[in-house]
Order: sequence, then C-alpha cells, then structure tokens
Amino acid sequence: MNFLGIYYYWVFAILLMVGFYAVIAKLNLIKKLIGLSLFQAAVFLLYITVGKVEGGTAPIFASAAGERLFSNPLPQVLILTAIVVGISTTALGLGIIVRIKEEYGTIEEQEIQEIDRQ
Amino acid sequence: MTALQAHLPALQVVVPMLSAPLAMLLREHRLSWTLATAASLCAFAIAIALTLAVFDTGGMRYLMGSWPAPFGIELGVDAMSALLLLVVTGASSLALIAGASSLDREIEVERQPLFYAAWLLALAGLCGILVTADAFNIFVFMEISALASYVLIAGGPDRRALLAVFKYLVMGTIGATFYLIGVGLIYLMTGTLNLDDIVYRIDEVAELKPILIAAGFISVGLALKAAIFPLHVWLPNAYTFAPHVVTVFLAACSTKVALYVLLRFNFVVFKPYLEGHDLKFAIFALPLALLAILVGSAVAMFESNLKRMLAWSSVAQIGYITLGAGLVSVAGLTAGLLHIFNHALAKAALFLALACLAVSVSKLRIENIGGIAKRMPWTMAAFVLAGLSLIGVPGTAGFISKWYLITATFDSGSLGVLLVAVIVVSSLMAVVYIWRVVECAYFREAEEVQSAREAPLMLLLPTWAAVLLNFYFGLFPGVPLELSSSAANLLLGQVP
Repeated sequence: MNFLGIYYYWVFAILLMVGFYAVIAKLNLIKKLIGLSLFQAAVFLLYITVGKVEGGTAPIFASAAGERLFSNPLPQVLILTAIVVGISTTALGLGIIVRIKEEYGTIEEQEIQEIDRQ
Repeated sequence: MTALQAHLPALQVVVPMLSAPLAMLLREHRLSWTLATAASLCAFAIAIALTLAVFDTGGMRYLMGSWPAPFGIELGVDAMSALLLLVVTGASSLALIAGASSLDREIEVERQPLFYAAWLLALAGLCGILVTADAFNIFVFMEISALASYVLIAGGPDRRALLAVFKYLVMGTIGATFYLIGVGLIYLMTGTLNLDDIVYRIDEVAELKPILIAAGFISVGLALKAAIFPLHVWLPNAYTFAPHVVTVFLAACSTKVALYVLLRFNFVVFKPYLEGHDLKFAIFALPLALLAILVGSAVAMFESNLKRMLAWSSVAQIGYITLGAGLVSVAGLTAGLLHIFNHALAKAALFLALACLAVSVSKLRIENIGGIAKRMPWTMAAFVLAGLSLIGVPGTAGFISKWYLITATFDSGSLGVLLVAVIVVSSLMAVVYIWRVVECAYFREAEEVQSAREAPLMLLLPTWAAVLLNFYFGLFPGVPLELSSSAANLLLGQVP
C-alpha cells in the first residue's frame, strides 16, 4: 500500500479527530467552537482533495487550446457552499457565547452548570 | 392552474423562504406575524395540493432551472415527502396561530419580526429537505433549518436555553458534518449527487467499502439530528427551554425530517445494491429503538418539569418510529411512518396545551399545577384527550399507529413477542406519566393557581384543533395510512 501517496487523506483524518477531540474534551465554550471549526475544515479538505486531478488546471474552456486536463470544479463549488454554512454556524455559535457571557458572566461549561443548579 | 401546479415543488420552498426577509423588513410585530402565518398557511395549502397530486399520479418531479437531472438539481415529491410536508407545514401553521398570544409573553415586541423571519427560514429549510432529490442540497437545507431553529430556541426569556442551544448547535453541526463526509465519499465513488442516480451508480462501483463507510457516516450523522437514543442528549433541554410554540413546531417536525432523510438514504439509496444492508440497518436500529422506548418512557415517569417530561416522551416516540423502520418490512415501515404523522399530532396538541397552561402558571412543574383543572377546564381537557392519543387509546390517532406497529412486530418472528412486550410496557409507562399530571391537575390543590384564568381563545382554538385532529385521524385514518403504506412500498422498492 502506498502509505505516503495518500497523505492528504491522513491530513483529513487527523484534522478531523483533533477537532472532534477539542469539541468533546474542552470545557471552555470558545475552545469547543474552535474544535468544531477544525472539524468542519477537515471535511472541506476532503472535498478539495477529491476534486484534484494531477496536472489539471482551472476548468476554463479556451477554444484554441484543444484538449486540456481540468480539475473537477464541482467539489470546489460544493465546498464553497459548505464553507458559508460553516461560517454561519461559527458566527451563530459565537453569538450564543456572547449571550451566555452576558447572562452568566462565564464561558466555562462547568461553572454555568453550577450556576444553573443553584 | 396547471402551469402553476407544475411549479408547486419549488414554490413549497420559495414561498416561506422569500417571506422570511419580508417578515423582517415589516418591523411591526403584528404585520410580520400576519405575513408569517399567511406564508405558513400558503405552504400548508401547497402541501395539500402536492398530496393530491401524489394521490393522482404517484409523484412529481421538477427540474430546477430546467437543467436536466442528474446535472441540475432535481426536486421530487412522492408519498413519503407528501406525508412529512403535511406534518411540517401543518404544525408550523398551528404553532404560529397559537404564537400570536403566546409569544408576546416570551419575546419582546421589537425582536418579534426577526423571530418570525427565523421561523420562516426554518420552515423553508425543512420543506426543502423534503422536496429535494439531491444529496448535497439536503445538507444545505438541513443547515438552513438547523441554524434557524437554534435562533428560535435561544429566542426565549429563559437563560438556560442558551447552554441548551449551544449543545444542540455543537451536536447538530457534528451530525451535519458526518452527513457531509458520507456524501463526499459517495460522490468520490459514484460521481453524482442525485439520489436516484446514486442508486444505479452504486451498482457499477467495483469497491464497495467507501460506500459502506459513507452509509455509516450518514446514518450516525442523521441519527444525531433525529435524536435517536443514545444521541438524544441535546433534545430534552432544547425542547424544555425553548419558547412554548417553538417547542410545538420543533417537536412535531425537526427530528422527524431527519428520520425521513435517514430512511430515504438507507432504503432507497443503499439497500438495492449493498448486500445485506437491510439486515445491518436492522441491527443498528432495533436495539437503539428498544433502549429509546424504555429509557425515554422511564425518565418521563420521574420528571417533574412538564415540558421536559414530554421531551423525554418524544425520545421514546422516536424509538417507536425507528422500531417500525428497523423491522424492514412493509408493515413495519407503514407503522413507523404513520407514527411520525400521529405522534406529531399528539405532541403538537400536548405542547400547545402546555403553552395554554404557561399563560397562568409561571413554572411548568408538576407541583405547581395542583387543582388547575378547576380554573382552566378547557386547557386541561385538551391535555387529557391529547394524552390519550399519546398513550394509544382506541379511537385516537395514537392507537392506529401503535396497532399497526404491534401487528408488524408480531409478524417478525420469535423476536416479535419481546418487541410487543416492550411496546406494551412503554405504553403503560405513558399512562403513568400522563396520569401523574392529570391527578395533580384535577385532585390536588396548590396556592399558585388560585388566580389562574382560562387561556385566551387564540391559544385554545389551535390547541383544540390539534386535539380534534387526533380524534379525526383516529376514526378516519385513510389519508395518512394510504400515504404511509405507499411510502413503505416505495422504500422497499415494491410496486403496491
């Protein structure tokens, strides 16, 4: 098996797990959100990798050029949409954290839960 | 008429989506409420028209921008999407009508136009998931509806909603991202995103392992969104702390729509050409369903916050639906799909009754409502009748789906008896938790309720409409039954 030849998939998997770990293990809400963004970014890389064609250029048709090799533009278009979704999620998450800070005065999950228990 | 009719699948999404910015721009809360309700009722009318078209012709296809599928995005409405469209748009309309008087208590008047805009976006997203036939499009609509519903849940006055919604956001995003990974792997192997096209391309794929992994990612991601046990942890708090009518809307819709996508992928896309996929799905779904039914009902029995009690009961009801699907038979799927419809009816009525109660009772806890039935007879009568439907008493909608579920489980061999036992035990637990409320409301006394008054008519009307629908569909289950049985045949690839 060509182990290093598919290293970009390893980057995807490692980044995904780093993000996932942060989401689960960190108790600070901002750190959780950073983890979530990493988690999403990993998937963006997966899609970009899928669309890459070795030696391919941008898919612009020039009639004189004849046969040319193009990278697949569709995953890039898809991931542009997913990036927008990711940004909105992060923005909304940060907005909620700001509200939490206003209401509770802290953004540590445990402290918030203790305040709620009282 | 006919020219318009061809565009109905697109209009189902476009109407609420374009109304959303308008609702925000109107600035005046009554005006934007009127617009939002009108848009929601319009979407409901479109859903009815689509259902009629499904009865006539079996389904509708629509090419977005006239780009031929699979290159363009294709919309498709069949029996299964029609059933869910009725639930989603109907619940949204009922909840919005009730919201006219309920929301003023919970959300400042100046912020209400923004709230209605978010509501319409959530509705547009949910409708979009149901009409589209494109895997990536489903992801986009899923996130539109999810982001909008986070806003809706966090909109209330209870600050505990904020942490609940943050958890929901994190888990919902993880679910959606898992789904996205799965779709990416499918695209990697098949080169297409059109659901119908994927089915045939999977047959041509030589190496099926990535597809199998994609199936795992998609199933787990959607199970998170659908709150299938044990991935339900976001649900109880999110439902409890949301504004009351938002709970009505979300409890009836959001998890059900995720279940719809889950079923569509596992049965329509993966089952035909992945060997033994139905067995794998059953092994995945059945144990979780049983745990959900037992744990959900058991926790509900000991919960004293009324909204959280019903939220836990929702966890159990999702278990029933998954159980029906996990049987992988026409009868089981029919029962599961029918339960999506009937449970939405019962839960909408129950949560609406709680919204009525909330008018007079500040804290919806069981010890605070002693003797409330004397003060609010109509509200409590609605709660009791809707509770009967949740339990599954004959004559109510809940009975029909439970009956079908039990018949389907009996047909499933030796395991069937155990499953039936679980269903019966869980129904008895439902009797217990509904009875606790009834006992308190009718036979106890509490000081707080002395000043309680009956809820306003604008709240009682939609509540009773939902209650009466429970009985109507209990006595005449024709429409949802026919839709769910043809959807079940569709899912299993059998011509009815």
